[in-house]
Amino acid sequence: MTSSRPMDVPIIRLGDVLVTGLINELDDKAATAFAEELTERIAAERAKGVLIDISRLEIIDSFVARTLTELSTMARLLGARVIVAGMRPPVAITLAELGLQLTGVETALNAEQGMAALGWHHAPRPPEGGTRSEALG
Amino acid sequence: MNASDAAVRDRLTRALRERGDEIADRWVQLQRERAAIDIGESELREEADSLILLLGGALNNNEQSMASVVGTHGDLRDAVMELSLRRERSGADPTATSLAILALKDAVLEAVERDNSDPRELFPAALMINRLLDEAAALSFSAYVERREEIIQRQSRQLLEMSTPVVHLWRQILAVPLIGTLDTARTQVVMENLLQSIQTHEARVAIIDITGVPTVDTAVAQHLMQTVNAVRLMGADCFISGVRPSIAQTIAQLGIDLSTILTRATLADALAAAVEMTGQESPTTAGAPTNR
Repeated sequence: MTSSRPMDVPIIRLGDVLVTGLINELDDKAATAFAEELTERIAAERAKGVLIDISRLEIIDSFVARTLTELSTMARLLGARVIVAGMRPPVAITLAELGLQLTGVETALNAEQGMAALGWHHAPRPPEGGTRSEALG
Repeated sequence: MNASDAAVRDRLTRALRERGDEIADRWVQLQRERAAIDIGESELREEADSLILLLGGALNNNEQSMASVVGTHGDLRDAVMELSLRRERSGADPTATSLAILALKDAVLEAVERDNSDPRELFPAALMINRLLDEAAALSFSAYVERREEIIQRQSRQLLEMSTPVVHLWRQILAVPLIGTLDTARTQVVMENLLQSIQTHEARVAIIDITGVPTVDTAVAQHLMQTVNAVRLMGADCFISGVRPSIAQTIAQLGIDLSTILTRATLADALAAAVEMTGQESPTTAGAPTNR
C-alpha cells in the first residue's frame, strides 16, 4: 500500500519538527497519500510539530481546505501540532469569503514564524529594531 | 411622413434660413430677459447662429426622421450638449439652461408668424417647433445629469482609494483606520491592502480601528468578521478597536456574535495589547518604532 504512493512532496525532519509543503494542487489520491505518509512519519519519528508551507499554492478550494483541517486533526490525535504557514493574501481572501475558516488549524505568516511558534529558535532573534533585511538574512 | 408634415417642415426651414438673424437676435434677447445667464452677448449670439443653422439643416434633410431630430442628428446633438456644458460652466443651473433653449420656441414661432399668420398653418408649425425644442431641452438636462453622474463616480473612486490606508504602527503591528461606511467593495479593498501589507511587513498583529465607522449593522459586522478571518488565515492576529459605546449597544442588540474577535475600546488599548501579544517591550518604555 505504501509503495504505491506517488509522493512528490518531501517531508523533512528538523529535530522534533516535520517540515513539508504543498506545491501543486492536491487531488484526492495525492491528498490521501500525503495524509498517510505524514501520519506515519509523525508516529515513527515522534514529532511534536508539523510545519506545512503553502506559500506556493495559488488556489485553495474547499477540498484542500478540508484536507488541511483533517491533517491538523489527525496530527493532534498523534500528539503533534500542525502549523500552516505562508498563505497568500488572495487565497486568504477567497477562503474568508467562502466562509472556510480552517477551524482548528493554526496559521503562521511564513515558515520562519511557523518554526518559531513550534519552539524552534535556531538563530538568535534579530536585534530589536533590526531592519527588515537583517531580520530576513 | 405625410404631405402636410413636409410642408410644415419646409416652412420652418425657410423661416430658419431667411429670418435666421432675426430669430437669433430675438432669442438672445429672450434669454437675457428670462434666465439669469452669465454669458456675454456676442457669445450667446454666436451660439444662437450655429444652433439655428444646424436646426435648419436637420429639418431640411428629408432623410432625417421626424421622430427624434435632435437625438439622431449628430451635429445638432453635439451642439446642444456643448451648449449645456457651457451653461453649466458659467454657473447656470439646469433649469435656466432648459428655459433658455425653450425660449427659442418663441423666437422661431414669431418669425414664422411674420411670414404667415393663418392659424391653421401656424398650429402645425408650432407643434413641430415644440416637439423639436422640447427634445433639445430634455437632452440638455440629461447631459447635465450625465456629467454629474460622472463626477459622483469619479469621486467615489477617489474616496475608495484614499480612505483605506494601512499604517505600520509598531514593529510587527499594522493598523487600518476605517472611516465611513464599510460596504462590500471597501471591505475587498481593505482586505487586499491589509493582507498585502501583512505579508510585506511580516506583521503579526493587525488592528482595525472602527472609530470612524458611523454605524455597525449586520452587514458591516459580517465584513469585519471576513477580514478578521482572512487575517487569521495569514497567520496573524487581528484586533478591532474604536468600538464606541453606542456601537457596542447596537452589536449586542442585533445579537451579532463577535466573541471570537478581540476587541478594544480605543486604538491605544489595542496597541498595548498587540505589543504585549508580540512579546515586545511596552511602548511606554521602548523607543520609537523606527530603526535605530
